[in-house]
Amino acid sequence: MASGTQNLDELIGKEYEHGFVTELEADTVPPGLDEDVIRAISAKKGEPEFMLEWRLKAYRHWTTMREPAWAHVHYPPVDFQAISYYSAPKAKGEGPKSLDEVDPKLLETYNKLGIPLKEQEMLAGVAVDAVFDSVSVATTFKDKLGALGIIFCSFSEAVRNHPELVRKYLGSVVPYTDNFYASLNSAVFSDGSFVYVPKGVRCPMELSTYFRINAQNTGQFERTLIVADEGAYVSYLEGCTAPQRDENQLHAAVVELVALKDAQIKYSTVQNWYPGDEEGRGGIYNFVTKRGACRGENAKISWTQVETGSAITWKYPSVLLEGDNAVGEFYSVALTNNLQQADTGTKMIHIGRNTRSTIISKGISAGRGQNAYRGLVKVLKGAEDARNYTQCDSLLIGHRCGAHTFPYIEVKNPSAKVEHEATTSKISDDQLYYCMQRGISAEDAVSMIVNGFCKEVFKELPMEFAVEAQKLLGISLEGSVG
Amino acid sequence: MEAAAEIKDHYRSDFERLRDGLPGGRIPWMKRRREAALARFAAQGFPTVRDEAWKYTDTGVIARRTFTTASPPARAALARGDLAAFTIPGLDCHRLVFVDGRIAPELCDLDALPAGAAVGGLAAALEGDAAGVEKLLGRLADDDGNGFAALNTAFMTDGVCLRLADGVALERPVHVLHLSTADTDGTAVHPRNLVALGRGSRAVLIETYAGLREAAGLTNVQSEVLLGEGAELEHYKLQQESAKTFHIADTGVHVPAGARYRAHGIDAGGRLVRNGVRVRIDGAGAECELNGLYVLAGRQHVDNHTVIDHLKPDGVSREFFKGVLEGHARSVFSGKVIVHPDAQHTDARQTNHNLLLSENAEADTRPQLEIYADDVKCAHGATVGQLDPDALYYLQSRAIDEDAARSLLIYAFANDVIGRLSLEPVRSYLERTLTERLLHGRRVEDLI
Amino acid sequence: MLSIRNLQASVDGKPILKGLSLEIGKGEVHAIMGPNGSGKSTLAHILAGRDGYQVTGGEVIYRGKDLLDMPTEERAREGVFLAFQYPVEIPGVSNIYLLKAALNAVRKHRGEGELDAMDFLKLVKERMKLVEMDEQFLYRPVNEGFSGGEKKRNEILQMAVLQPSLGILDETDSGLDIDALRVVANGVNALRGPERSLMVVTHYQRLLDYIVPDHVHVLAGGRIVKSGDRSLALELERRGYGWIEDELRATGS
Repeated sequence: MASGTQNLDELIGKEYEHGFVTELEADTVPPGLDEDVIRAISAKKGEPEFMLEWRLKAYRHWTTMREPAWAHVHYPPVDFQAISYYSAPKAKGEGPKSLDEVDPKLLETYNKLGIPLKEQEMLAGVAVDAVFDSVSVATTFKDKLGALGIIFCSFSEAVRNHPELVRKYLGSVVPYTDNFYASLNSAVFSDGSFVYVPKGVRCPMELSTYFRINAQNTGQFERTLIVADEGAYVSYLEGCTAPQRDENQLHAAVVELVALKDAQIKYSTVQNWYPGDEEGRGGIYNFVTKRGACRGENAKISWTQVETGSAITWKYPSVLLEGDNAVGEFYSVALTNNLQQADTGTKMIHIGRNTRSTIISKGISAGRGQNAYRGLVKVLKGAEDARNYTQCDSLLIGHRCGAHTFPYIEVKNPSAKVEHEATTSKISDDQLYYCMQRGISAEDAVSMIVNGFCKEVFKELPMEFAVEAQKLLGISLEGSVG
Repeated sequence: MEAAAEIKDHYRSDFERLRDGLPGGRIPWMKRRREAALARFAAQGFPTVRDEAWKYTDTGVIARRTFTTASPPARAALARGDLAAFTIPGLDCHRLVFVDGRIAPELCDLDALPAGAAVGGLAAALEGDAAGVEKLLGRLADDDGNGFAALNTAFMTDGVCLRLADGVALERPVHVLHLSTADTDGTAVHPRNLVALGRGSRAVLIETYAGLREAAGLTNVQSEVLLGEGAELEHYKLQQESAKTFHIADTGVHVPAGARYRAHGIDAGGRLVRNGVRVRIDGAGAECELNGLYVLAGRQHVDNHTVIDHLKPDGVSREFFKGVLEGHARSVFSGKVIVHPDAQHTDARQTNHNLLLSENAEADTRPQLEIYADDVKCAHGATVGQLDPDALYYLQSRAIDEDAARSLLIYAFANDVIGRLSLEPVRSYLERTLTERLLHGRRVEDLI
Repeated sequence: MLSIRNLQASVDGKPILKGLSLEIGKGEVHAIMGPNGSGKSTLAHILAGRDGYQVTGGEVIYRGKDLLDMPTEERAREGVFLAFQYPVEIPGVSNIYLLKAALNAVRKHRGEGELDAMDFLKLVKERMKLVEMDEQFLYRPVNEGFSGGEKKRNEILQMAVLQPSLGILDETDSGLDIDALRVVANGVNALRGPERSLMVVTHYQRLLDYIVPDHVHVLAGGRIVKSGDRSLALELERRGYGWIEDELRATGS
């Protein structure tokens, strides 16, 4: 007798594709954290005094804080003294001046990941900053962007070459006191990407950072700062992978976005950190703070994320809607399979008048995965005519997983209109049967239905990313159904 | 958080003062329970906004004062004529009246109870059937959950005790009036209600909480509802206390297979109000429906906090809460539905809609789903907004002046909840109170 | 084409089909009629391979192969097509995407290459004319928000694109007004041919005015109790199903 769902039991698990390790000599500070380590990191990067001071303030504040426990995730305590806070591929003398000077092994790594850094091989229209463990190894298309006055470089470079911009905006959206992981990041962050798009400039290509954790026992603490000056536009993509290791690794990044009057920032993430194995061994703890500020009238910040990796994801890309008519958007697909846990969502803080926000969240739980949406929509007193629409849908695949929805809605202005809708469903046997009766395999049918479920989010992604995301979803789901 | 020393001392000495006069004072297990609860209160103190469950409700105003439990009145404080303001016209019912937390037998009407129905005060039940009460009392109380519940167990004076044997249908509803007469601030009453329905039995319970005078008192209620398989209870709670009263209530409900619990909470009074409802859907096909309406103004604060645990398959739960806020009023809705791993085919829906009608009103809402089973139908929706301008315009274009149009729309919004109540007399009674409040005395019919 | 021999099947331990036999030859159109609850839809779903039915006896040979041994999707690829009575909605998945995935799965199975986007679109648009469907339906999510008639047309469109050898129409006439019925029937008639057999499951003979069957069978009590030509359908319409049951009782079977 033919079978509908029981076929799904047999779908074979596909292993994590990016789980290889690159053998490289690395410059790594010994595990542990104290003020000396922070001074060492700052010195290695040749930072100006203000940066060191800022790091130390953050560190001192961090020592007074406790790890948050409110998220719907469970994990053994992290030993923050067992982590190495800096690891860089050993440079031959000075940092690479051009791609030709980059260690060929590194280039090979990125090729394997499908991110060729050689500009001539690049997908037209995407400039890449590659961050390997803690440092930026290569940024492409710099010159072309430079001609428009756009700064796209590693954070370290920005500190050296544009200290006034860094000083002005660093910590202005996520202060070093913000939360436990953000404070830790502020103290020890080693590199990341920096983008500045000047007044009235529309960035002609997608900017992209590719993060890779390689070294063992290191945490990755990158910091991204994107500033779109008045009337500017930029679309930014972020991708992440890590090798397959049995122990957990910590990733505590901070991303700050600043959109001034009439500016627009679109930030897309496809997060595919190593999720751990079927038994939940290993995998990345992804504890990330992402926040954008719409600082002027008509500013717009849009977050789109596809979260399929990491053992634990804890992130809430948020928007402070300060300027009148500002717009915040959050489109999210989060998938948890095996023993993955995700607690993710957003905060939309309506401050200015006539501000608008949209939240579309699609959670998919499979295996023994736990998936929580946690979101805050807050309308402050002065936010006349604020509007929010939230739609949270959960899809459950298998009977051992969990899907949770924790919205917080706080409204202090009577002209506000806030709507929240959430649904939970599973892939129905009827849908599977229907597809299979049309000749489509169970595996393809599941993938098709899940992609259909995520469609509203995928359409927000740039084309190449959307295709990538769909494939990733298929891979991440394999072996999950039963 | 541990209670501050002076708070502990105050409630300890108040307890010593009353101890021997409290119901069941000579029953060893009751004495032990009261002592243990007082110790738990001392250890827990009152909840603070740092507790996730109390995030939006600051009980500091209660914790900073000392409330003294009302002593038994020396003589009857109320006459029958005083009840007229609180009874429901046209409702043919059994009636129980508690004044300042103690039964007032001369005001009760308990004629013609069917066989197998025991309806009366908890204090009397403790005297008459201590062993029977011992088996039921405390099973669903939230003593470990928060300091208020522990305080209730330590100080409980009286409340309704409604017990039905298997298969008994109590045709007439039971109307319970909890009235307070205090005219000075700082008086506490700790009503304790116990409802236990046997298999397949049925009852309707209506509770009214009201004060005769304006005073900053504390009404701290704990209710326990134990249903037998296939039993049905419709439970109304009409809270009409004075605008200065602090009203903290918690209800624990156990709904086994085939049983049905329907609750309607209507909050019009109170300064700071908390309605906790915890329901365990603990048998195949068990159903629960929680409806709520709060119509607030001034500095009123009402927090509806519900947790529904779906423990067994095929359960159904519905929550439907609506609020109208004017002045500096603030409302909180926290609804959590937890679908446990075995509870397949659960069908749960939560809805919370709020109308914000003034500059300074605030609505916070948290409808939450925690789901550990895959074959379920769960959804929630929440909105905060204003009257629909199109509807207003439509009414105005039909020659209704703006004020009347607004009143009419607000009334319609609120009446959506009242329409869900089964008892017609209660519906008309509430529609009338609502009209007075929302339409400033004008009749709906006059407006149309 | 299809040979059903003494098929017995049950749902949740309750026997529904009790020894059903039926032969459908190449290019023939067979109507299966019967009172409600006689097992008509069960038969359709057992042939298509839905979960939840236990075949307790008998066999089904389709083009020389044991049909019941094949997984659902393989039956579809081998050319068994079921037009559903209640087509399911699949949010977010566009109609055209499903069609393309299905067609390519079928073509791959037949050893033909995948159609490129242009050829595929051309094919679909041409077939859409058969059922008088508007192009916009291609880009809407599968069956989502479709009216009853639109859903049924969509089923016939899929059949027209996938070109099965055996089409099973499960109560395709239910919920259709007379205009929609005509459109759907015209679509089906256009697909009749010497290589394609059809099994039309219906309660009413109305559909058979439009799709004229070669043979009519009455399914009652889990068995084919009477077979004949088109006149049998007309007789059923005139006299209802009761007389057949009476006849059965009389003969003691």
